[in-house]
Amino acid sequence: MSPGTSAGAQQPNSDCDRIRNFSIISHVDHGKSTLSDRILELTGAVDPRMMREQYLDSMDIERERGITIKAQNVRVTFRDHVLHLIDTPGHVDFGYEVSRSLAACEGAVLLVDASQGIQAQTLANCYQAIEHDLEIIAVLNKIDLPAADPERCAHEIEQVLGLPAQGILHISAKTGQGVEELLDAIIERVPAPTGDPTMPLRALIFDSSYDQYRGVVSSVRVVDGTLRSTARLRFMQAGSVHDVEEIGVRTPDGVAVSALGPGEVGYLIAGIKDVGEARSGETVTDAAAPAADALAGYRDPKPMVFCGIYPVDGDELPDLRDALEKLKLNDASFTFEPESSKALGFGFRCGFLGLLHMEIVRERLEREFDLSLIATAPSVAYRAHLSDGSTVDVDNPTDLPDPSQIDHIDEPMLTATILTPSEYTGTVMELAQAKRGEMSKMEYLSPERLELVYRIPLAEVVVDFFDQLKSRTKGYASLDYEPAGYATASLVRVDVLINHVAVDAFSTIVHRSVADSYGRRMTDKLRQLIPRQLFDVPIQAAIGGRVVARETVKAKRKDVLAKCYGGDITRKRKLLERQKEGKKRMKNIGRVEVPQEAFISALRLDE
Amino acid sequence: MKSHSNSGRAFGVYVHVPFCRSRCDYCAFATYTDRDHLMARYVDACKLEIRRALLDGQMERASSVFFGGGTPSRLPAEQLVEILGEIPRHADAEVTVECNPEDVNLRRLEIYRTAGVNRISLGVQSTMHHVLRSLGRNHRPGDVDRAVGAATEAGFTTFNCDLIFGSVGESDKDWIRSLRDLLELSVAPPHLSAYALTVEPGTPLAGDPRRHPDDDVQARRYELADRVLTDAGYGWEEVSNWSLPGHGCRHNQLYWQQGDYRGIGSAAHSHEQGTRWWNIRNPDRYVRAVERGSSTVAGQEVLSPAQREFERLALSLRTPTGVPAGSLPDLPELAPLVSRTGGRAVLTVRGRLLANAVTRHLRVEVGAAGSLRE
Ligand SMILES: Nc1nc2c(ncn2[C@@H]2O[C@H](COP(=O)(O)OP(=O)(O)O)[C@@H](O)[C@H]2O)c(=O)[nH]1
Ligand code: SF4
Repeated sequence: MSPGTSAGAQQPNSDCDRIRNFSIISHVDHGKSTLSDRILELTGAVDPRMMREQYLDSMDIERERGITIKAQNVRVTFRDHVLHLIDTPGHVDFGYEVSRSLAACEGAVLLVDASQGIQAQTLANCYQAIEHDLEIIAVLNKIDLPAADPERCAHEIEQVLGLPAQGILHISAKTGQGVEELLDAIIERVPAPTGDPTMPLRALIFDSSYDQYRGVVSSVRVVDGTLRSTARLRFMQAGSVHDVEEIGVRTPDGVAVSALGPGEVGYLIAGIKDVGEARSGETVTDAAAPAADALAGYRDPKPMVFCGIYPVDGDELPDLRDALEKLKLNDASFTFEPESSKALGFGFRCGFLGLLHMEIVRERLEREFDLSLIATAPSVAYRAHLSDGSTVDVDNPTDLPDPSQIDHIDEPMLTATILTPSEYTGTVMELAQAKRGEMSKMEYLSPERLELVYRIPLAEVVVDFFDQLKSRTKGYASLDYEPAGYATASLVRVDVLINHVAVDAFSTIVHRSVADSYGRRMTDKLRQLIPRQLFDVPIQAAIGGRVVARETVKAKRKDVLAKCYGGDITRKRKLLERQKEGKKRMKNIGRVEVPQEAFISALRLDE
Repeated sequence: MKSHSNSGRAFGVYVHVPFCRSRCDYCAFATYTDRDHLMARYVDACKLEIRRALLDGQMERASSVFFGGGTPSRLPAEQLVEILGEIPRHADAEVTVECNPEDVNLRRLEIYRTAGVNRISLGVQSTMHHVLRSLGRNHRPGDVDRAVGAATEAGFTTFNCDLIFGSVGESDKDWIRSLRDLLELSVAPPHLSAYALTVEPGTPLAGDPRRHPDDDVQARRYELADRVLTDAGYGWEEVSNWSLPGHGCRHNQLYWQQGDYRGIGSAAHSHEQGTRWWNIRNPDRYVRAVERGSSTVAGQEVLSPAQREFERLALSLRTPTGVPAGSLPDLPELAPLVSRTGGRAVLTVRGRLLANAVTRHLRVEVGAAGSLRE
C-alpha cells in the first residue's frame, strides 16, 4: 500500500483493532536505524535512500554520536494494519522523554546486537517499558555476523528480564532476514490500543520541536475521544488554549488529516511559539468539552547539571543570548540566566538534564550559531544546611555561604547501573570506589557479564566517569543512572587565588579527600598559563582561609627585542602596538594582567 | 628635487647585500646562499636604484652609509665599492661594512678604505669554538684576531664586533670569556654589540625547542655583559650596544632618533618623515624590477601622528636619552625599571631587559588635533 492510500484515512480510524503502536528500544549501533529502514522498505512507505535524509536523525550532533534525542514517529501499513513506529531518545539524560514516548505505545521491540549483548541503558529503558505494561518483543539483531552469539544473548535476556528465550526473534536488519516475521509478531503480540471515541478528548504530547515556519510541532497520541482539525484545544498542564492549525500523520512525509481517533499517533500544530508550552507529557483536551483529568505521568524535568557559558569574545554576548533563546524554543528542559565572572566577563548560568545534554547544547550553540564559547566546570545542585536551620540550594560554587555558616552539605546522588564483561570487574569496581560509589548489587547475567549497581554522587559521574569507564573497559561497559535523592558528604569549596585575589571561574565544590589534588592541579596549570608579570605572582588554592597548594609565577626578567634597526622598526612597533591593544583585552585580577585565553585554556585543560 | 646641500641634517643610506656562504640556523634575515650568480646584476641594480632615487629626489647627501646583510663582505670588494661610489655623501660621512671575520684580509680592507669605508663591523658572535659551532657559524676564533690586525694595518680607527649570547652550548663562563677575549685583542673593539639569541619564526632554531634560550639565563648574561663592559670603560649606547667615548655608531643612532634614511637593495627599508616603505624581499625579483624599470617597493606604511610619536618614544626609550619623565606613569612596578633624573626617565639595567613592558606604559600625547592619551 502506498503512503498516499494509507494516509487517505480522512476519518478517524475507529478500528482500534487494526492499530499497533510500538517503539524500538536499543543501544547505539545495535541497528535501530537499519531496522527502521527495513521496516519502511518492506511496508513500501518510502524509498529507503530518500528516507535516510528525510526521516532519520536529522541533527548533526545526533548523527555523529549515533543517538536520537528528539523522538520521531512514522506510520506504516502492513497486512491491513496501521503500525506506528515511535522512536525513543537514546540517552540516559532523556529518561523522562523516553518514558513519555513509551507511554504512547502498547509494545516495544527490544533490539539487541547479538554480538554485543544487552547494554545498561537498553536494560533501563526496557524496565521502564515493563513498568508501562508494554508487550516486549525481544529481538536479536546481526545474526549474520560470525561474532554473533545469540544463545548467550538470549540467555542474558532471559536472566535479567525474565523473557523466555524461545520467544526471542533472530533477525538481520542488514539482510532483512526475519524482519517480516518481526512485523507479524508485532501484529500478533502487541495489544491493540483501547480507547473510547465517545469520551472527551485526551491526547498525550510525547515530543515537541520548534519549526521556524510552523512554530511548535508536537507528536501526539490520542488516548480517548477524537482530535479534530477544527478543535480548540486546552493544554491541561500549561493551562493554555490554542486552536488547531493542522493535524496529520507522518508516512514519514507529513500528511494532513481531519481527525485522529483513539490509539492513533500523529502530529499537531497549534500556533504555539515555545516548546515550553507543549512539553512532553502534556495532555490536550477539547476546550469545548474538556476531560476531567489529565493523563498520569507528567513531570517537569529539573536540570541536574549546571555550568557557566561565556562567549570567548565579549562582543558576542548578545548573540549568545539570542542563540540561547532560540534553542530554548526547541528544548524546554534547559535553563539559563545571566551571570558574570571576574575572569570570564558576562555570560549565562545554564542548567541541563545531564552531561550529554550539556554537551549537545554547547555544541549546537557553537555550530548552529557559530559562537565561540567557554564553559566553566560542570557543577551539580548542592544543598547546604546552615547552622541557623535553613537550607540553600547552590548550583554555582561561588554562591556557597561561608564555611562558618554551614552545618553540613548534601549532594545529589544517583543509582548507577553498570553492565560490564566480567573480565573488567576489578577495574570497574576500582573506578566506582574512587568516585565514592557504594555498591548495592552485583549479579552475573551470564558467566561473561556482570551487572553492578552503585549509589554514587552525581558530581563524580559528571566529571569524567563515563569516559573512564569506557576506556577502562575498552568500550564494553555500559552505564545507566537515575536520580537517587541526596546524601550528606564532607564537601568543601576550593578557591583559586591569583596574587591573593580569588578567581570565581575556578571555585569548585569537591569532596575533602580530593580538594588538595584539585588545588595542586589548578595552581600548577595556572602557573604555566599566566604570563610572567613584573613582580612575583603567588597562585594559591585555598579552602576557606587555609592554603592547600601554592605556586609562584616568577617575575619576568626579559622581554626586550635584541635588535632594532631600520628594517626592524615597523615590526617592532606593530608588536608593541599589538601588546598595547592586548593590554586592553587583559583581565585584571588585582594587579595581575591575565589574558582571557589563559583562563580559557585552564578550563579547557580541566575537562 | 631636493637639495643636496642640506649639510646640517642627518641622512642615512642602507645597502642590503643578500648573500651568505651558508645559512646560520637562527637567522631570519633576507639573505640567500644560492644566489651568488646574481651578484653582478645585483650590484648593477643597486647602482641603478641609487641613481633613480637621486633623480626622484628621494636621496639626500648621506651623513652615514651602512652595508648590511646578509654578508656584504661576500661581495667582491670592487663591486661593493662601486655601489658606494654612487652614493653622494658628506666628507665626514660614517661608512660601515659588515664583514664575516673569515672574509677579512688586508687587500679587501684596503680597497674599502680607499673607496671611503671608515668602519667595519665584524660578525664575531663568540670566541668559543663550541659556541660558534652550536650557532652554526663557520669561522674560527683565530680569524677575529687576524681581522682586527688587518683592520688596524689598513688604517681603520674604529670598528665594531657583534656577539650573540644565550645559545645552548654556552655557559656564563664562556660568555664572559668571549667578552674578555675581545677586550684583550690587540686593539679592543671601540664598539660592541651583544645580542640575545632570538628565536625567529620559521628558522631551524625555532623548530628545535630544546635549543631555545631561557629568558632568565639571557637576562643574567646581559647583566654580566653590562658589568664587564662598563668596568672596561664602555658606555651604554642602546639596549644591545656599547661603545668607547666617541665611537658610537651614527648610522644606528639615526634609526633610534627616528631619522630619515634610504634603503637600497632587496628587502631594504626606507623612512622619510613618518612614511616607511620597503623593497621587494626576493633578490631575483628585485633585480628584475629594477631592470624593467618598475617599482621596487613591496609595501609601505604612513604613520599617524600618534603612531609616530609612540614609535619615537619607544625608540628613544631604548637609549640613554630616555623619554620625558611624564611619559611614564609612576607605578610601583616601574620603579626598579626606570630612573628619573633631570625630567627624563631612562631605563635601568633591569629596565633595559624589560623595555617592552615599560613601553606598554608609555603615554603618547599628540598636539595639533588635541591631546590624545593612550
Ligand atoms: N552485519 C550486520 N550489521 C548490521 C545489522 N544491523 C545494523 N548493522 C550495522 O550496524 C551499524 C549500526 O547500525 P544502525 O542501524 O546505524 O544503529 P543504530 O545506532 O541503532 O541506529 C551499521 O554499520 C549497520 O550497517 C545486521 O543485521 N547485520
Ligand atoms: S651570516 Fe648573518 S645574515 Fe648570513 S645567515 Fe648568518 S646570521 Fe644570517
